[in-house]
Amino acid sequence: MPEENNLDIITAPADTDLPDNTEKTETETTEKKKPDNTVKTETETTEKKKPKKKPKKKVIEVKNLGVRFNMTEQKVDSLKEYFIRLVRRKLKYKEFWALKDVSFTIRKGDRVGILGFNGAGKSTLLKVIAGVLKATEGSVTVKESVVPLLELGAGFDKDYTGAENIYLYGSMLGYKKDFIREKFDEIVEFSELGDFINVPVKNYSSGMRARLGFSIATIVDPQILILDEVLSVGDAKFKKKSAKKLKSMMKAGVTVLLVSHQSDQVRSICNKAIILDHGKLIASGKTDEICDQYEDLCANKG
Amino acid sequence: MLTAFKNFSKFRYLLYELIKKDIKLKYRSSILGVLWTLLEPLLTMIVLTVVFSGLLGKGDESFPVYILCGRLLYSFFSTGTKTALKSIRKNSSTIKKVYVPKYMYPLASTLSSYLIFLISLIVLVGVALYEKVTLTPAIFGAVFPLIIVFFLTLGVGLILSVLDVFFRDLEYLWTVILMLIMYTCAIFYKVESLSTITNEWIFKINPLYSLIVNFRNAIFGRGPDMYHLWYSLAFSAVVMLFGSFLFYKKQDKFILYI
Repeated sequence: MPEENNLDIITAPADTDLPDNTEKTETETTEKKKPDNTVKTETETTEKKKPKKKPKKKVIEVKNLGVRFNMTEQKVDSLKEYFIRLVRRKLKYKEFWALKDVSFTIRKGDRVGILGFNGAGKSTLLKVIAGVLKATEGSVTVKESVVPLLELGAGFDKDYTGAENIYLYGSMLGYKKDFIREKFDEIVEFSELGDFINVPVKNYSSGMRARLGFSIATIVDPQILILDEVLSVGDAKFKKKSAKKLKSMMKAGVTVLLVSHQSDQVRSICNKAIILDHGKLIASGKTDEICDQYEDLCANKG
Repeated sequence: MLTAFKNFSKFRYLLYELIKKDIKLKYRSSILGVLWTLLEPLLTMIVLTVVFSGLLGKGDESFPVYILCGRLLYSFFSTGTKTALKSIRKNSSTIKKVYVPKYMYPLASTLSSYLIFLISLIVLVGVALYEKVTLTPAIFGAVFPLIIVFFLTLGVGLILSVLDVFFRDLEYLWTVILMLIMYTCAIFYKVESLSTITNEWIFKINPLYSLIVNFRNAIFGRGPDMYHLWYSLAFSAVVMLFGSFLFYKKQDKFILYI
C-alpha cells in the first residue's frame, strides 16, 4: 500500500503543530491499517509515475472553524419594521452554529470525501473553503487556487449567449482574457453545444447549462477542485466524459473535495473522508473506515 | 492594502466583462441600439425646451444647452445610483457560489453608466455648436464636475447597495428621494428666476446642484463658483469614504441576507 495513502486528517483542536512528515504522524498509528481497495489501483498508478517525493504541501488548513448564523425568529427586512424593533429592543436572534470546532488539514493531491446528513454543514464548509462565506471563528487557510463546482453555471447571465458567458464566467473564476480566447474552442467542443453556443443561455436546458459550466470550470486544471454533488451532469454520455476528465485531473495531482450523501461515490473517488454531523467533525480517516462508519450511522438512523 | 490591490488586478478583466455586459445587454433588443445613448437625452431636451422655454427670459444663454447640462449630469447620477443599488441583489446567485470581490458589482454598474454618460456628452457638443455657444478656455473647468460626479455617484451607490441588501424598501424610497434631488437641481429653471425663494438652502446643500452649476459655468465660459466647487468636492469625498467603509464592514454579511 502506498505510504501516501495514509491519513493526515486529524481531529483537532490538537492539530496546531502538525508534523510536516506525511509518512508518519501520531494519528495514523492509532488508525487501523486497512487495505484501501477501490482507491488503491487508482492511486498506485499515480504514485508510480512520480519519483519518491518529500512530504506533500498542506494546501488547506482548517483550524477550529466555526460558522454562526443569526436566525431572526421573524425575518426583518423592511426599514420600518427594523426601526420599530430596534426601538423596542426586540431584535432577538437565535444563534445557530452551522459549523463548530472543525479542524483538519488537507495535503496536496488528497481526495477528501465529506459525508453527512442533510444540514450537517457540508455545503457551509465548502462555501468557507471557496471563500464565499466568512468564518465566524477559527481560520481557514487555502494556499492554492480553488475552482468551486458548487452549482454549475451559477455565474451565467441568462440573456447572454453561451459564447459570451464563457468569457464572463471565465473572468469570474479569475482567468485572463487571452487564456479564455485560447481555450475557447476547446471549451465549446467539450461542452458539445455546437451551434447552440450562440443562443442565449435562458433558452438552454439545464443539462446544457451544466455542461457549459463544467467545461469552463475544468479547462484551467485547477489545483483544488470542489465538487458538490455535480457528478451527475448531463446525460449518460456526458457523465462518462466528465468522469473521465475528473479522473485525468486527479491523476495530475489535483486536490479534490467532494460532498456527498452516498458513501459509494466517496469510495470510488476519495482516499480520505470525514463525517460531519450537526456542524461537528465526528470522524475522519481513510475512506473505507469512514464509509463503513457512515453506513452504520445511516443504518442506525434509518 | 497591497493584497487588495493584487486582488483587484486579478479581477480587472472581470470588471471589464461586467461593464461590457451591462452596456451590451442594455441595448441588445432595441433596433437603434447604442444610438439611444444620444437620442434619449436629445429627445428629453426637446420636450423640456418646448414645455419650459418660457421660464428663461429673452437674451439669456441658450436654453437647450442649459437644460442639457443639468439633465445629463442628473440622469447619470440617477441611473448610476439606481443600478448600483440593485447590483448586489441582482448578482446574488453568483455571490453565493463564486468568490469575487463584491465591490466589483456596484463599481461595474457605476462605470458602465458613466461610460454611457460620457458618450452622451456628444449630444451636448452637437447642440452647443448648433446653438452657437462660443467655447472659451473656461471649458476645461468642466473636468472637475465630470470627475467629481463619478465619485459622488459611486459613493452613494456603494452605500445604497449595502443598505438595499438589508432593507428592500430602499428601492422605492430612493426613487422618491431622487425626485426631490431632481427638482432641487434646477434642471429646467434658474434658481434666481424663482419669484419666491423660500428654501434657498435646499439648493445649497444639494451637491448635484453644485456640480451642475459649475458644469454650466464651464460650458458658458465662466469660471467655477468656488463655494459649489469645494462643497461638491468635500461632499463627494465624504460620501466616497463612508461608502467604502460601510461596504467593507458589511460585505461579509451579504451572503446571509441575499
